[in-house]
Amino acid sequence: MRYISKIYLWFLLALLYLPIAIIIFFSFTDSKVLGNWTGFSLKLYCSLFAGNVQHSLVGAIWNTFAIAVIASAASTFLGSIAAIGIFNLRNRTRQIVSFMNSIPMMNSDIITGISLFLLFVSLGISQGFTTVVLAHITFCTPYVVLSVLPRLRQMNPNIYEAALDLGATPIQALRKVIFPEIRPGMVSGFILAFTLSIDDFAVTIFTIGNEGLETLSTFIYADARKGGLTPELRPLSTIIFVAVLVLLLIINKRSENKFANK
Amino acid sequence: MLGSRITALLAKRRNWVIPYVVFMMIFVIAPLFLIVYYAFTDADGAFSLVNFRKFMVHPESVNTFVYSVGIALITTLACLVLSYPAAWILSRSDNSTSQTIVMLFILPMWVNILIRTLATVALFDFLNMPLGEGALIFGMIYNFLPFMLYPIYNTLQKMDKSLIEAAQDLGATPSQVFLKVIFPLSMPGIMSGVVMVFMPTISTFAIAELLTMNNIKLFGTTIQENINNGMWNYGAALSLIMLLLMGVTCLLGGDDDNETNEGGLM
Repeated sequence: MRYISKIYLWFLLALLYLPIAIIIFFSFTDSKVLGNWTGFSLKLYCSLFAGNVQHSLVGAIWNTFAIAVIASAASTFLGSIAAIGIFNLRNRTRQIVSFMNSIPMMNSDIITGISLFLLFVSLGISQGFTTVVLAHITFCTPYVVLSVLPRLRQMNPNIYEAALDLGATPIQALRKVIFPEIRPGMVSGFILAFTLSIDDFAVTIFTIGNEGLETLSTFIYADARKGGLTPELRPLSTIIFVAVLVLLLIINKRSENKFANK
Repeated sequence: MLGSRITALLAKRRNWVIPYVVFMMIFVIAPLFLIVYYAFTDADGAFSLVNFRKFMVHPESVNTFVYSVGIALITTLACLVLSYPAAWILSRSDNSTSQTIVMLFILPMWVNILIRTLATVALFDFLNMPLGEGALIFGMIYNFLPFMLYPIYNTLQKMDKSLIEAAQDLGATPSQVFLKVIFPLSMPGIMSGVVMVFMPTISTFAIAELLTMNNIKLFGTTIQENINNGMWNYGAALSLIMLLLMGVTCLLGGDDDNETNEGGLM
């Protein structure tokens, strides 16, 4: 029985990783078409780093990162301030604000995307970099709020009052008392917002406009519709996957250590 | 003058929520009302039900809608059947191994969904299997399985194991233990898993295009095409129909998924 359950787990995992394994495997050959093995080669990695891939792919990578950095920083700021406010609201108002906060999380991406698209066209705002950033802040901030709130619940409420009594201004009290307490929540909120932003496709495609701006997702989509996948996307996906794997392993290791030290 | 008023506002910490509430009014609430507004007006901005009539009289769009619901139901059911045993096995094994394996299940979700979908296409090409309905369902299961596994694993793991022992002591057979104790107790996890798989499956676009070489259209694709072609009113009406369907799913699924959602996947 134990063997059967082990085999079942590994079978499911193999199923989940098979497509990724194929991408990684075929990133080490220089064939144009995925699925064609033409001998081991690092040519795709070289051309990805040498930057002599299509100019638009490099641009798309930069845009993706720029949008993710700005959007996740802004939503970390907005969400942390909001979480402090929500934490201090009275019950009824808190429920209403929490419900509003959960709308972008429950809503499907396509609805969020279309509703923001309608907002921007109704206001006559031309779509581009700024609208994508605003859209990403919209769906990232709720996750920051949810990462910061538990930290506030664990905090001793008297410390803040004590700081005020001792003559600190609210801003000083925020910087010296509340901020250090909620920082871990802000960090995990930032990381979550960053990954959500990098990964997003459905909201981006509706808010990016048609002036030639591309993120990685919309680039891949346009590429796939043309029939093929730019070969350099294979090494790029491999690198992203390995980077995420390492990052998660580090986070896991760190939390394990913390647990062991307690 | 203004500075002192701002300081006075900031002194009450509950006022710190104001910027975010204003932000949400503009970027969350107003846009949703805009969907309703566009859905109930014609191209000239006059009130009309023409968009909904158009949906009803076009058998094609109704068929697409029904077909999408069907695909979403099959995907949800398949995810449930596949992930329940896995979640059960994981909840019984010791903590550190199970946590690592759960992380392995969630990890693929950090790869861009389009790249994962294209990888599925590559897999089917590699195995010489035709793209189409089979590929579509496989791709959907592959993309959304972790959404089902995670909440079920969470409820099973938190379950009081002594209840199972009690049932066994009182003479219940293994199948009775499962049907009368374990399964009912894991219902909250199942419900939030169902909501979390059904909703994205019903609303995906692009994925279906890629997995079926544009041969099968899902409801999400129909909406996207209409919006792209400038048919905003009709697209908004279709979005509203999907929004209602998701609202119903949420109500049926119960709103107790807050507990499993909090903290997200980190």
